[in-house]
Amino acid sequence: MEAMALTEAVFYILLSLDSPLHGYGIMQNTEKLSNGRVHLAAGTLYGALNTLLEKGWIKALPGAVSSRKKEYQLTQNGRNAVIAEIERLGELLENGKAIAGGWKNEEDNS
Amino acid sequence: MKKIIHKLFMAWDFEEEEKWINEMAAKGLELTDMSLGRYVFEEGEQGAYQYRVELLEYLPNHPQSEQYIRFMEETGIEHVASMNRWVYFRKKADEGSFELYSDTDSKITHLKRINVILFVALVGQLWCSILNLCFGISNKFWFNVGAGCFTLVLGIFILVGMIRIMKKIGKLKKQRDIYG
Repeated sequence: MEAMALTEAVFYILLSLDSPLHGYGIMQNTEKLSNGRVHLAAGTLYGALNTLLEKGWIKALPGAVSSRKKEYQLTQNGRNAVIAEIERLGELLENGKAIAGGWKNEEDNS
Repeated sequence: MKKIIHKLFMAWDFEEEEKWINEMAAKGLELTDMSLGRYVFEEGEQGAYQYRVELLEYLPNHPQSEQYIRFMEETGIEHVASMNRWVYFRKKADEGSFELYSDTDSKITHLKRINVILFVALVGQLWCSILNLCFGISNKFWFNVGAGCFTLVLGIFILVGMIRIMKKIGKLKKQRDIYG
């Protein structure tokens, strides 16, 4: 299957789950990684987590006794998805820079 | 002090309802309970909470909904009240802006869920209307003709609501075409 673009939310959820985190932790981490640009709303995060569990990109960790909060972690399939996405983004960035990179100078000269 | 206000919002006006509840919260009246057309407010600090209204996929006591509500609570959201499949959430305003969905697809799914309910209601109304009109006209039972006309008007009312939701869905879909 051809690789499809991940949403910004999914990309940051996957990155956040490099180490085990619960829902609220993912929201905070995403905000931190993106310098406050990306806010994950709880309803969206809930839906995304369930979809990612179904796809096997993340797994739910057996709950710790002390905490009721469910924790999640990235699987190997999830890692592969992130790697493929980084390649895709790299291509976008390269092409974008190659063509649009000179636009700013042109604007300054005109 | 408690304050009870009677007010009725149609399902397609849930955003207006949300806006009204938030206006009350800004004035220091915090929603603490609700049942059909009856809102219970308690006096509190002005603008302390932000409210959101959502139609769940299942009733609030269904395991799936319970799991969802628990997840929301883990992120600092409070489940204030439910009416049928409608739930009322709130979050402390000083913890940042409170939205239920940050992606377009979830918003579309939510609106479609509302339209499914409206569609079922519409079919029910039209069925009642047709039965009453056919029976009433063929037997010259004017009461049934009246009831048939009344339910027909209700059906049209619901249809208008559905069209409004569909327009909102269309707008979101256009946005999604560009921004994903």
